[in-house]
Amino acid sequence: MTLNIKQLTIKEAHELLISKKMSVLELCEAVLREAEGSRNLNAYLEIFDDVRAQAEGTQKMIDNGTATPLTGIPFAMKDNILIKGKIASASSKMLENYVATYDAGVTKKLRDAGAVFIGRTNMDEFAMGGSTENSAFGVTKNPHDKTRVPGGSSGGSAAVMAAGAALGALGSDTGGSIRQPAAFCGVVGLKPTYGSVSRSGLMAMASSLDQIGPFAKTVKDAEIIFNVIKGHDPMDSTSVPLELSQRDERKPRVIGVPVDFVHAKGVDPRVLENFEQSLEKLKVAGYEIRDISLPSLAHGLSVYYILMPAEVSSNLARFDGVRYGYHADGANLLEDYTHSRGEGFGREVRRRILLGTYVLSSGYYDAYYGRANAVREMLKNDLAKAFEGVDVIATPTTPTPAFKIGEKSSDPLQMYLADIFTVPVNIAGVPAISVPSGFVEEEGSKLPLGIQFIAPHFCEDALFAVGQDLERAQKES
Amino acid sequence: MAIEIKDIEHLAGLARIAVSDSEKEVLKHDLEEILAYVSEIKEVAESADSRLGAAEMGTPEASELRNVMRADEGAHEPGVFTESILAAAPQREGNRILVKKIL
Repeated sequence: MTLNIKQLTIKEAHELLISKKMSVLELCEAVLREAEGSRNLNAYLEIFDDVRAQAEGTQKMIDNGTATPLTGIPFAMKDNILIKGKIASASSKMLENYVATYDAGVTKKLRDAGAVFIGRTNMDEFAMGGSTENSAFGVTKNPHDKTRVPGGSSGGSAAVMAAGAALGALGSDTGGSIRQPAAFCGVVGLKPTYGSVSRSGLMAMASSLDQIGPFAKTVKDAEIIFNVIKGHDPMDSTSVPLELSQRDERKPRVIGVPVDFVHAKGVDPRVLENFEQSLEKLKVAGYEIRDISLPSLAHGLSVYYILMPAEVSSNLARFDGVRYGYHADGANLLEDYTHSRGEGFGREVRRRILLGTYVLSSGYYDAYYGRANAVREMLKNDLAKAFEGVDVIATPTTPTPAFKIGEKSSDPLQMYLADIFTVPVNIAGVPAISVPSGFVEEEGSKLPLGIQFIAPHFCEDALFAVGQDLERAQKES
Repeated sequence: MAIEIKDIEHLAGLARIAVSDSEKEVLKHDLEEILAYVSEIKEVAESADSRLGAAEMGTPEASELRNVMRADEGAHEPGVFTESILAAAPQREGNRILVKKIL
């Protein structure tokens, strides 16, 4: 049979597998061909050598009637999520040869559901960056224009989805690292509610902000993956027990738009035009669009670039060149530390550790870290108040389409400003989704854009509802 | 927000990271620029203080903080993880991780 693997969704693949029109091995081989064909993107750091064995194992689940919606589905995993027995490098020289000794919580859930792990994907080193240019193993290229970045930090996972080299992928999102690359690569990306998906086995970057989530071709597929990976895990103390994750089951009807925030300085007019078109489609689909004022969102980036490096400097203290990871020999133990860390960490990681050390140091702690926490509370309260009047909030996912490789790599502040719309979501711990919203033409390339929907804690269902309504409206127009 | 080269050296020392002289200049410039940007937080925080009250200052996730306890039981067999953990160590001697002497 001929199969358009690039368009194939998890839902469609599941039907083909269950009806025996296709075997797991055939599906995996078709995906592996796409992975081989798109090697020049540098999206996969490694394609696993046991895919066929995994395929045969999961085929048994289909044959004996114990299949789940993810059984036999080829998955890509960001390189900071542990798969037992496989290398997990976080795209860092520090962990280049590090072999995971256990499965992450999400890995176990996917494995139990019968997913097939195809390979591990490139990323910004330790998830720090918005372009994958900070990978120790080379930049990933955007499948829509190979001179441009795929976004980041989960750029590899977004790129393999856009290239058809996986049917689902996982990434991690600390300040936009799933949603921003999803927008740049034209796929769906979900950052779930903080605490809804276990962080056990995810390499910690900024623990109060990190969250694992799915990449998918459609909103429905993202929902299918989320429903498998979510749930309480005793191995993650911030994982929220079911009884605490109360949510609203109402179908969303009112979409709030923080107008001043969306029209911030530096937002590409083409992005705003595309955003307005999406809102128009949603209006036709029956939603009420309401202007809201949320001035504290504008401070999200400042809060983020204090709290995140503070947590980074603490979390990355564990890499000492003694117990595991990169080791460089010095004259004494102190030099072993400084050389191992100086050589093992890349430039952006070193920069953030030093910044975090600064904001946490005696005399500056209250001025930066204490105040950032106060503003974090303010932002959360303001957002909670806004959700009393609207069901979801919409913004563009990114202020611009994908930028050129090298364009921002020498100016960290410019790179950080690309996170302006996504960062406040992590500060507040609420869920948000990026859904493809069209393209802009630039230098002969069609560059994808995304629209971001934000919902109250544990209201992912509202995001799936709005997202699917938008997809439907896009097909009709 | 003036940062001196000696501040960078002090931070690098605290963070146990060897930094080259050329990178110190770059870091000084980057940190100054980033700190200038995030310093707007100071004015915002003052209005946050007056709105939230001092009690909520500096207590992140206050509403969500809860103790997470487990029973002290179900320990694994001694030694079952030793080999896989030691296999990751850069230097080992028998069943121990080897480090330089500190005294």
